[in-house]
Amino acid sequence: MDKDSGKIMALDEAIRTYVKDGCHISIGGFTVNRNPMAAVYEIIRQGIKNLHCYAHSNGTGLDELVGGGCISRLEIAYGGNGKAAPTCIRFRSAIQKGKIQYEDYSNYHMSLRFHAGAMGVPFIATRSGMGTDIVEKWGFTKEMRESDPMLPNKKLEIVNNPFEGWGGASKVLLIPAINPDVTIIHVQKADKYGTCRMEGLSFCDTDQAKAAKNVIVTCEEIVDTEELRRTPESNQLPFIHVTAVVHVPYGAYPSACYRYYDYDPQYLNQHSKFAKDDGLYKEYLDKFVYGVKNHAGLLNLIDKEQLFRIAADKRTGYAANLDRR
Amino acid sequence: MNYTLREMMTIMAAREIRDGDIVFCGTGISMVAAMAAKHINAPNSITFFETGAIDSKLEEIPMAVSDPRVMFGAASNGGLLDAFATMQNRITGDHVIGILGAAQVDKYGNLNSTCIGDYYSPEIRFSGSGGACDVASFVPRCIIFMQHEKRKFPVKVDYLTSPGYLDGPGGREKAGLLPGGPTAVITNMGVMRFDDETKEMYLANYYPGITPQKILDNMEFSVDVSKAVEATPPTERELTILREKVDPQKLIL
Repeated sequence: MDKDSGKIMALDEAIRTYVKDGCHISIGGFTVNRNPMAAVYEIIRQGIKNLHCYAHSNGTGLDELVGGGCISRLEIAYGGNGKAAPTCIRFRSAIQKGKIQYEDYSNYHMSLRFHAGAMGVPFIATRSGMGTDIVEKWGFTKEMRESDPMLPNKKLEIVNNPFEGWGGASKVLLIPAINPDVTIIHVQKADKYGTCRMEGLSFCDTDQAKAAKNVIVTCEEIVDTEELRRTPESNQLPFIHVTAVVHVPYGAYPSACYRYYDYDPQYLNQHSKFAKDDGLYKEYLDKFVYGVKNHAGLLNLIDKEQLFRIAADKRTGYAANLDRR
Repeated sequence: MNYTLREMMTIMAAREIRDGDIVFCGTGISMVAAMAAKHINAPNSITFFETGAIDSKLEEIPMAVSDPRVMFGAASNGGLLDAFATMQNRITGDHVIGILGAAQVDKYGNLNSTCIGDYYSPEIRFSGSGGACDVASFVPRCIIFMQHEKRKFPVKVDYLTSPGYLDGPGGREKAGLLPGGPTAVITNMGVMRFDDETKEMYLANYYPGITPQKILDNMEFSVDVSKAVEATPPTERELTILREKVDPQKLIL
């Protein structure tokens, strides 16, 4: 058995090494599920700035990165977080106050862009969005796109179907691939080399990881390579795409992690209250992010009873009868 | 039996769903409507979520499309691309019915869920398209939920997020979209539908206690009300199932 430590790293080291000021980043998960929150809070704690973030719908993590002042440019389909925040609160505030630059796409557009990035093609075709303001209105200026080699010179382009009506399409919409500098995902199980086993829905995590130059995986459990190799069909991401592996129990908290814990409605509702006021939000960050050394420190501030209440039932994978009012 | 307007809206939407429909639903009231339809009038309808879960058991009502409750007992839990492919697929796509909400709708059923005011410096910023633009682009039938207020029914939406009939007959085809488009707009006052030829919204039903005039008073553009009839209120059976089975904790209703 190998005695090497593979790609295992501490979270603060992984973030410091691979998430630089101004880099292009994407995070995994979707609204209230399996966002890499421990990593997000560490990015805020380290004061990393000017990130260019690609998001389909990463509500919980995205709103904290915006609120923490880490993001300056955002390409996004959906800034919402379910019942707790139908529109993400810090995201709304940042846009209404002119604090970030943004470019709107649809969820399918963003998923396809990551897919193109994972495949190594420069763009991909779709029939979604023709005739809408997603096509008409470009958030980033022409000058910004042309002066930045990290950005394609166009948001999208409509072309005539070169196969002349094949498939019943007269036109198609072309959207540019995304290749982030770093993607961060949180998974249930990973081995020390980075092979990942996600449970429940995988969202776009696999494509986001494959499209990125560097991938940080945080996980609930580090398991033996042999265990994952016994049923490879249950592994979504092979180790060849992964740069760093970090063991962080509750690494998705306060978002959910299927079969481990549910989202914490109390934390999310409280967060929404604080996020609505600049002063209260600063107090929240001071206490829960800057005031603790790491994610374990944040968890120490949470009522143990609540962590128990959100524990996933074996049968359902979520906390049945959880009070979510 | 007494009922709230939210319950009325939910039941009206549930009645639009047919057995065999594959129902794409988002957060909130659309989810309740899909679950209600399954329990009441369309037991063989299939719910699916843009996050990739198909035919979830839905023992508890999800609070978001990525709620772990959508993952439980699903036929398959795919990725994001799978869900959108299901909508476009030549065979399954025909059976899909979408349910969307928005901040604004115009007379051609075009929706705005992005912003009020100038896009580049908005008065109010909303969540954005999410999967709504994709659903509106792909599905043959779509139900839209709206609160009936003048500012929500403008002559022109501030930002066109999701395509209805665009600028009228032939609009979708000219833009390169698949045929499709909204079939009903369900509000807290009545139900609107779209004319087959002009693609314009018209009033189909007004709820008991509401008049067509009141509905017109709460819209910036006027619609034909000559075909409107009073809606059948929710039955005792429908309400009981809604209150006891679908959303007993009253999380959404």
